[in-house]
Amino acid sequence: MSQPLPSILYCHCQYAQVVPKEVKDAVLRRLCESGVAFEAVADLCEMSARRDPALARLASSGAVKIAACFPRAVKGLFHQSGADLPLDGAEVLNMRVQSAEEVGAALLDGVVRPNLPSKHTAPSVATPPSV
Amino acid sequence: MSLAPALHVVLYEGSGAEPLSADERFGALSTLLEQGYAISRTSVSTVEKPEQGALLVLGKFRATPPATDTGVRFHNLANLAPAQLADLVETARAEADAPRHGAWKPWFPVIDYDRCTNCMQCLSFCLFGVYGVDGEKRIQVQNNDNCKTNCPACSRVCPEAAIMFPKYKAGPINGDLVSDADLAKEKMKVDISALLGGDVYAMLRLRSEKAKSRFSKERDSDKALSERQKCLIKLAAAGDIPPEVLMSLPSPEEIVRRAAEAQAKAAAALAEQ
Repeated sequence: MSQPLPSILYCHCQYAQVVPKEVKDAVLRRLCESGVAFEAVADLCEMSARRDPALARLASSGAVKIAACFPRAVKGLFHQSGADLPLDGAEVLNMRVQSAEEVGAALLDGVVRPNLPSKHTAPSVATPPSV
Repeated sequence: MSLAPALHVVLYEGSGAEPLSADERFGALSTLLEQGYAISRTSVSTVEKPEQGALLVLGKFRATPPATDTGVRFHNLANLAPAQLADLVETARAEADAPRHGAWKPWFPVIDYDRCTNCMQCLSFCLFGVYGVDGEKRIQVQNNDNCKTNCPACSRVCPEAAIMFPKYKAGPINGDLVSDADLAKEKMKVDISALLGGDVYAMLRLRSEKAKSRFSKERDSDKALSERQKCLIKLAAAGDIPPEVLMSLPSPEEIVRRAAEAQAKAAAALAEQ
């Protein structure tokens, strides 16, 4: 029995100019041309700050491939929103340093190559101040 | 920042709707992403409504889409120009009372708990109450909104390079891997005084006192202002701290009070570990 295809998440990093626009646009265009289902978000940082429940849904939906920025940052953003990505089922493609061709091809190949930094200990999600 | 659920948009191409061309899809998604929305592109025939928040379903529907349901709205995309699409979604957002996007640049620290040793340097350092501790006395980011846009200063006092600002220009603060060379840099050491060649707050206090003294003696406000600006420019350059952040620091007395408060919080948390 074949494995279900991983979910795909694309981050547009809308509120900063740290991801080259030509890379973002080329990756988004590739997704649009492919006909696959995917999630596109304007800015993962903003969603993390709002603790958007969509991140928790995505993190708990099984294998996922994410086009965004550095894996260490993406892992932290999900954790800080209260939704830990699965260490063995999440692959982050980095549009800050990888080419659009690399990211597009990896997003659509259906194979997850987990690349999040390994976890040791992490505290609970932000709570009201206790001191 | 509002924690109210955002409006979620679905670009629907399932049963009962015409598929969009790749160009139409790209155009619609680009327009909505630039407005700050999150969009699901789907061609399956069921759409799941999120547990919280409103849902807007856009598609080239073959028949008239259903009228507004509880929390779910439908709109036909056919013959809609990008500006009209943006207006339509903005109207739906306002009607759903969902938060507006883009009013705040999402700039805040993200802690790498694989590296963090819970030393509380960041809590001691931050004057703006961004950090706090959880019930188990572990450091955490509690007040994103208080963080000063484009200021990465707290990441420079972290001895483990465990504080990231994903929108920062350079590594390892942007989340890039931490190298041994990064850790060896003086700016990553524990001692805050290494950050700017001296305690930043003490420096500011000293400058302020000198400026006050000069002002009282010389009544030369222009000279005092020039001195302060020179000092701030130096600090900003050394720590990559935006000048506007330093200019917006509170009075020396308030800095002392806040620093003491932050240090007390850190000490209390450390004592209970």
